[in-house]
Amino acid sequence: MDPMEAIKQTYFQESDELLLAMEEGLIAMNNGEANDETINAVFRAVHSIKGGGGAFGFDQLVKFAHGLETVLDDIRSHKLETTPEITRVLLKAGDMLSDFVAAVREGHAVPEGHADEIAAELANLSGNSHASDSDSGDIEGLDFNPTLISFEESSPAAPCQKGWRIRFVPHPALYAKANEPILLIRELSRLGPLDVVCDYANLPDLAAIEPYQSYFAWDLVVRGEIERGAIEDVFDFVMGDCDLEINELTSGAQAETDPSVLPQKSEAPSKPVAAESLPPPSAALGAKPLVVATEGKAGAAKPTIRVDLEKVDRLVNLVGELVITQAMLSQQVHDSNIPANSPVNTALEELDLLLRELQESVMAIRTQPVKSVFQRMPRLMRELAAQTNKQVRLLLEGESTEVDNTVVERLSEPLTHMIRNAVDHGLETPDDRVAAGKPAEGTVTLSACHNSGRIVIELSDDGRGIDRERVRAKAIEKGLIAANAVLTDEETDNLIFLPGFSTANQISNISGRGVGMDVVRRSISELGGKVVISSSPGKGSRFSLSLPLTLAVLNGMVITVGDQTFVLPLTHIAESMRPKPAEISPFGASNHLLRIRNSYVPFADIGRLLGIERGAYVPSNGVAILVESQGSGRLALGADNILGQRQVVIKSFENNYRPIPGIAAATILGDGRVALILDVDALIGLCREKSGMSSKIVERKTGT
Amino acid sequence: MNEHAEQSSEPNNQFVTFRSGDQEFGADIMAIREIRGWTPTTPLPHSPNYVRGVINLRGIVLPIVDLKARLGYSATETNAKNVIVVVKCGNRTIGLLVDAVSDILTTTAAEIQPAPDIARDETCQFINGIAVLGDRMVTILDMDVLTASLVNMGEQAARA
Amino acid sequence: MTMGKLILTVDDSRTMRDMLKLALSEGGHTVIQADDGIHGAEVLAQNASVDVIITDINMPRMDGYGFIEHVRQNPVNRTIPILVLTTESDPEKRQRARDAGATGWIVKPFNAEKLLAAVHHVAG
Repeated sequence: MDPMEAIKQTYFQESDELLLAMEEGLIAMNNGEANDETINAVFRAVHSIKGGGGAFGFDQLVKFAHGLETVLDDIRSHKLETTPEITRVLLKAGDMLSDFVAAVREGHAVPEGHADEIAAELANLSGNSHASDSDSGDIEGLDFNPTLISFEESSPAAPCQKGWRIRFVPHPALYAKANEPILLIRELSRLGPLDVVCDYANLPDLAAIEPYQSYFAWDLVVRGEIERGAIEDVFDFVMGDCDLEINELTSGAQAETDPSVLPQKSEAPSKPVAAESLPPPSAALGAKPLVVATEGKAGAAKPTIRVDLEKVDRLVNLVGELVITQAMLSQQVHDSNIPANSPVNTALEELDLLLRELQESVMAIRTQPVKSVFQRMPRLMRELAAQTNKQVRLLLEGESTEVDNTVVERLSEPLTHMIRNAVDHGLETPDDRVAAGKPAEGTVTLSACHNSGRIVIELSDDGRGIDRERVRAKAIEKGLIAANAVLTDEETDNLIFLPGFSTANQISNISGRGVGMDVVRRSISELGGKVVISSSPGKGSRFSLSLPLTLAVLNGMVITVGDQTFVLPLTHIAESMRPKPAEISPFGASNHLLRIRNSYVPFADIGRLLGIERGAYVPSNGVAILVESQGSGRLALGADNILGQRQVVIKSFENNYRPIPGIAAATILGDGRVALILDVDALIGLCREKSGMSSKIVERKTGT
Repeated sequence: MNEHAEQSSEPNNQFVTFRSGDQEFGADIMAIREIRGWTPTTPLPHSPNYVRGVINLRGIVLPIVDLKARLGYSATETNAKNVIVVVKCGNRTIGLLVDAVSDILTTTAAEIQPAPDIARDETCQFINGIAVLGDRMVTILDMDVLTASLVNMGEQAARA
Repeated sequence: MTMGKLILTVDDSRTMRDMLKLALSEGGHTVIQADDGIHGAEVLAQNASVDVIITDINMPRMDGYGFIEHVRQNPVNRTIPILVLTTESDPEKRQRARDAGATGWIVKPFNAEKLLAAVHHVAG
């Protein structure tokens, strides 16, 4: 990669981190929880983004950032006091800056005038017009250093001296500007014979050395008929970045014994040394240790490293293979009748334990806190609030809950939709809220936690709750439920997840552009999760999502259909049973229903759904597994036998073969053979197609 | 069985040849990954008759295509002597079920004739040409098209 | 006497670039060019062994100050001498360039001798 590109990528990566730090700081300022360091951190973040942006020529960004930076500078130097109004402007400006960064990252410009309003507000705050201050250099009060333009004038054309004594002490800035003392000293040596003594009294111990500090000084004596101007010439470029004393050599003086020339420590060599070779610092110098100022970074982070995701994925795969191979080995040992207490079995058990631990540790590498998804929500919230003229605040809990990479990224969209829904439909306007005795500002809480091997994410609001009458009426109107259907409150609430459902009378700008709750549910379902909504009229609603910790493995039920073995994801299985003949009744021309307690559920033979040939299949000779899928309903699947439950590694073969209806993926069982993992949603769909059933809820409750 | 190292600097002219039925076929040596003995496959539902199913190839789920059947002939009867030729093109890997592997053929461009126009069905897309060496005729297959056709099947899969 | 250096010249004026290239090559150096600060940055990024940078101040897209600052921002570049082309009558700009991290300057108009001397002074 072009190093410039890599730097740019680093800049963008860094900008991401900086923007996040900026936002956190601004939020803290908004909540009155900020101190000087917070404000400084925010300033530095903007300054860095601007600086880096300036370096890449992100002019729009820089110009805007400059305006923001100026205000922040005024705040941190206490010229400006923060007020809620000001932090509101700052938050908006922060969002705008984020837009600028995103724009340059994606290679397009922010539209002209897009930031004008905010820029103007910023300009107002800092009291000047900064419209023209977009140059990338920081003009911090020019100190006018008189520079020597022509040297012949500064020294009397005169009496040649015998030589000059020079004390030369570079400052760090000298090195920072790539000036090299050795080059300067060499040039001096061309003027005449040169004695050089390096004064390294300030050199600390090796461990305390800061690479960018300046520790050395030089005492130089150059002899000959040399004009002072010639000497000054040599140091022309570094004036101001060093201490320079040029004194005439008084004849008769012994340079070596002049105490102002020699270094103070006695161990230092007193004879001249060539400029090129510097004596190594000896411990006996006992230089004053320089205190290395450790910049306390906000919240001293644990050391981390960056790893390519590819490497981690490979590791995860390998561990998955190990698990499979170990299962195969176990199987072989089991089949070979080795006694249970033999060393082989014992070793295998240990191997099993170790592998589990290994697998957990490796999976943990690939996890990240949900924070990375949650952190986008506050901004979304601010925008929604502005668009809908509602007042909302967002509380986040459990941001550090860890989720596998494979899940985290795909969470963002459904969460966004749910938040949109909450703000748009759930929350009332400030006036309505006050009229209802609630605070004008609504509260939305987003939380995450682990629960029995799954991740539970909840989004709740204190809005008006679900209008059940309206929902029910809408569902009937759209033919989603029968007019006389009897539903519990909860079932009514969850009607909003049905496809084609939208209670907005007109499609609002925010939600409802065909992106309804059914899409949300489907995305969650594809992740192997479930989402339900519960609500209290007048008090609020809550979405509850439950997701698997990872998409790489799943807990499955191993079943046989004919001579083939399949795996059913446990998350979709409600129960399993051996149906009695009386419980299975024909329905229509070629379908069946299974009676479970008080309801009838469509029953379908897996073999038939998948086109598997097998002998005469009698449902009551086999098992019926009740599966359910959110949004698709329930189905009883007929199989021959249940072999057990197992955690399996999911293997996709979509690279090599086209998708198969009804099949989600594959896995490799303990005997080394491939078993297909069934796609419950698709099976339910296949069943419906075959039987010609509509999407109405088919289950009929019997009266008994 | 020969393991084929990719040593050829002229990939176009080296082929692995194999027999299926009474015909001989050849594939670019660069596309051949390995040769395996036959293992029973896990059938894939709703798949054409030439797709035998999948097997586990060291952790990869590998679809197995009966070459004879794919080219429109009768299905191969499998026994322990059959061979699976593992073919990889791009990021697609499949296994071809054949009767036996013959040898490695090195030809010059002159020895390869274009495929005859007779067979105008969809299987002619798999054929790159015919290598004629003395009285030996080897049909050169296009592995790229073959592997791609598995992923992008346009035909309707048979449904029960 | 000295080894030829790899010199990056950054200037938006074609005339100036040609001049610099001529003088420097005759002095035994190898020249690569960029026509403004951004270009200079790109060229610099692609040429890890640039020994000296010579840059103008007034350039489109990114001027000399920004360029110098940019160069100095990358720790890898801290030891590359940067010479700024400046007009004699503007000591303020020179100071500003120095503040930005410039090593030294060349006053315009220059002759080949002064140019090569300046290069030699900062780069050996």
